[in-house]
Amino acid sequence: MLYREAGQFKSTYAEDQQIFPIRQDRIAIAALLLFAFVIVPLVANQYWFAAILTPLLIFALAALGLNILTGYAGQLSLGTAAFMAVGAFMAYNFELRIPGMPILVSFALGGLCAAAVGIVFGLPSLRIKGFYLAVATLACQFFVLWAMQRFGWFSNNSTSGVITAGKIEILGYEFASAGSKYLLTLGVVAVMALAAKNLMRSQTGRSFMAVRDMDVAAGVIGIPIMKTKLLAFAISSFYCGVAGALYAFCYLGTVEPEAFNLDLSFRILFMIIIGGVGSILGSFLGAAFITLLPIFLSVLFGGVSRLLDIEISHAVQSNFELIVFGGLIIFFLIVEPHGFARLWQIAKEKLRLWPFPH
Amino acid sequence: MNVSFFFEVLLGGLLAGVMYSLVAIGFVLIYKASGVFNFAQGAMVFLAALTFVSLTERGVPFVVALVITLAVMIVLGIAIEKVVLRPLVNQPPITLFMATIGLTFVLEGLSQLVWGSQPHGLEIGIKDEPIGWLLDNAGMSVSQFDLSAAGIAGVMVAALALFFQYTRIGRALRAVADDHQAALAVGIPLKHIWAIVWTVAGFVALVAGLMWGSRNGVQYALTFIALKALPVLILGGFESIPGAIIGGLIVGASEKLAEVYLPQLLNAPLTNMLGTAVNLQGIESWFAYVIALLFLLVRPQGLFGEKIIDRV
Repeated sequence: MLYREAGQFKSTYAEDQQIFPIRQDRIAIAALLLFAFVIVPLVANQYWFAAILTPLLIFALAALGLNILTGYAGQLSLGTAAFMAVGAFMAYNFELRIPGMPILVSFALGGLCAAAVGIVFGLPSLRIKGFYLAVATLACQFFVLWAMQRFGWFSNNSTSGVITAGKIEILGYEFASAGSKYLLTLGVVAVMALAAKNLMRSQTGRSFMAVRDMDVAAGVIGIPIMKTKLLAFAISSFYCGVAGALYAFCYLGTVEPEAFNLDLSFRILFMIIIGGVGSILGSFLGAAFITLLPIFLSVLFGGVSRLLDIEISHAVQSNFELIVFGGLIIFFLIVEPHGFARLWQIAKEKLRLWPFPH
Repeated sequence: MNVSFFFEVLLGGLLAGVMYSLVAIGFVLIYKASGVFNFAQGAMVFLAALTFVSLTERGVPFVVALVITLAVMIVLGIAIEKVVLRPLVNQPPITLFMATIGLTFVLEGLSQLVWGSQPHGLEIGIKDEPIGWLLDNAGMSVSQFDLSAAGIAGVMVAALALFFQYTRIGRALRAVADDHQAALAVGIPLKHIWAIVWTVAGFVALVAGLMWGSRNGVQYALTFIALKALPVLILGGFESIPGAIIGGLIVGASEKLAEVYLPQLLNAPLTNMLGTAVNLQGIESWFAYVIALLFLLVRPQGLFGEKIIDRV
C-alpha cells in the first residue's frame, strides 16, 4: 500500500515521460541525494571518506560504464580497467601540459580520450561476438597498460610510470580534504548516473537493448548496428575514463599503470553481475557489495582472531578472503543470477501489496 | 639476419607454443562438452602442480604423488559439477563464465591455504639444456625440455583423440558436445558426462602444471598462463582440439619472433618518428592478442571453430 502508483494521475506529456514516474520513487531519490550530500558529510569521518565512500562511488561509476556496454548493449568486455587507465593518464596529462586547465574539463577530456580508445577496440565487435569478443577486449587491457609503461610521455617520463595527481581546484576552491573530494566525486557520479538513466530510456538506449537482444533483428528493423555498437563502446568508455580520472585524482592521488590491471577489470565485471546486468541501480549495489566485502571480511577476521585468541597470519587471512570472496560470488550467482537489482524489484512488487496478501 | 638464429628463434617459439596448447586443450575440452568458458583452468593447473610438488617434497614417490594428484583432480571435477554447474543449468553463458572466475578465486585461495604460498622448484627428470647434437651440427640451441614437452603434448592429444573416437564415454562426450538435448533424449547421463569432462580437464591441467611448473617453478604466477592460452584459444576456435594445437604453434612462433626482432627493427625508427624514447620491450604481453584479434577479423569463429550461423 505504501508503494504504488494508484491515484497518481498524469495529465501532461511531461508528467508521463518524467524520469521517475512514481511519487514514492521521487521522494526516495531526493531523500537519498539529501542523505549523500548533506547527512553523510556531517557524520562520516576521514577513514570513511577516503577508504570506503569515495572508492565506492568511483567503482560505481566504472560499473555503470561497463553496464552500459555489457548490460544494455550486450557486448562483453574485459578491458574496463584499461579504459579507466586511459582516462586517468590523459586527465593527468591535460592538467600537466595545459596551464590553467579546469579540472572538470580535464576529467571530461580524459573520458573522451578513453571513448576514442574504446571505439578503436570496439571495432572488432562488428565482426565477433560473445566470448571471442571478451578475449579480444583483453588485447585492449594488455596493450594499454603496456603503452602506459613503455611510452614515457604518458607519465611525464617518471621512472616506473607512476603519476602523481596535482591539486584539484575549482573556481578558487581547493579540494584537499577527504570530505571535499568525496563531495566532488559524488557530484560527478550523481550527474553522470542521472544522465545514464535518461540515456537508457531514450532512442539510443532502446537501440542498445535491441542490438543486445538480437542484433540481426535490430538491423532488419533499421537500427544501424555499427553505429550503435561503437556508440555503446564510446559512451561506456567515457564513463570508465571519467571514473579512472576520479580514481587517480580523488582516491589514490598517486597511480601506477599496474593499478589498472586485469584484476580491476574483473572486479568491475563482478560488480555488475552481482548488482544486476542492465540496471543503473544494480551498478551501485554491486559496487557497494564488492567494495565493502573485503573490508567486512578483514574486520571479521580481526574479531575472530581476538575472540579465539589465536594469531592468524596475513597469508592465511588473505587466502581465506579469496576463498570466501569466490565462494560468495558463486553462491550469489546460484541464488539470484539477476543480481541485487532483481531482489529490489521483487521487494517493490511485494511493497505494492503489503500488508495484504493479494 | 642470421638464418640459423632465425630458425632457432622460430623453433623455440613453436615449442613454447606447444606449452600454450597444453593449457588451451583444457579450455577446449570443457567448452566443447558443456559450453562453459572455464576461466578456472589456470587455477586448476596451479592447484595440480602445487599439490604434486608439495607431495613430492614431503617424500612421496613420484608415481604415488601423481596418482594422488590425479585423485584430487577427479574429486575436484565431481565437486565442481555438483556444487557449481548443476545449480546453474540453463543460465546464460556469461553467468557460468562468472561462476568459473569465482571458482578461480576459491581454487587459488584453497591451494595456497593448504600448501602455503612460497614458490617451489619442480624436477621431473628432463633437463632444460640445449640438445648437444643440434648445437654442434647446426649451431642451433634447442632445449631438450621443450622438445620433450612437445612430445608429451603430442602423446596426450593422440590419447585424447583415441579416447574420444573409440570409447563409449568418448562417443557420449561427442554427442553431448554436439547437442545437449539430443544427447539427453537418447539417454546419455549429462551430469556424469560433465563430471568426466571436468576430470579429463583436470588431468590435462595436471600435465600442463607439471610441464610449466618444472620450467618456471611452481608459484602463483602459474595461474597467469591461462591468460597466455586465451589468444591460442580464439585463434584456433573454442571447439577444436587441433585448433588449440595449431593456434598454439602460431601464437608461440609469432610471439617469439616479435619479441626478438620487433624491438631491434622498430625501436630506432619509431623513436625518430614520435620524437620520444620508444622501447618495444615487453611486446609479448599483448602481441599474441593482437594477432588473434586481426585473425578474428578475417575468420570470426577462429581457425577450426564451428561456423556461426545467424537466424532471426
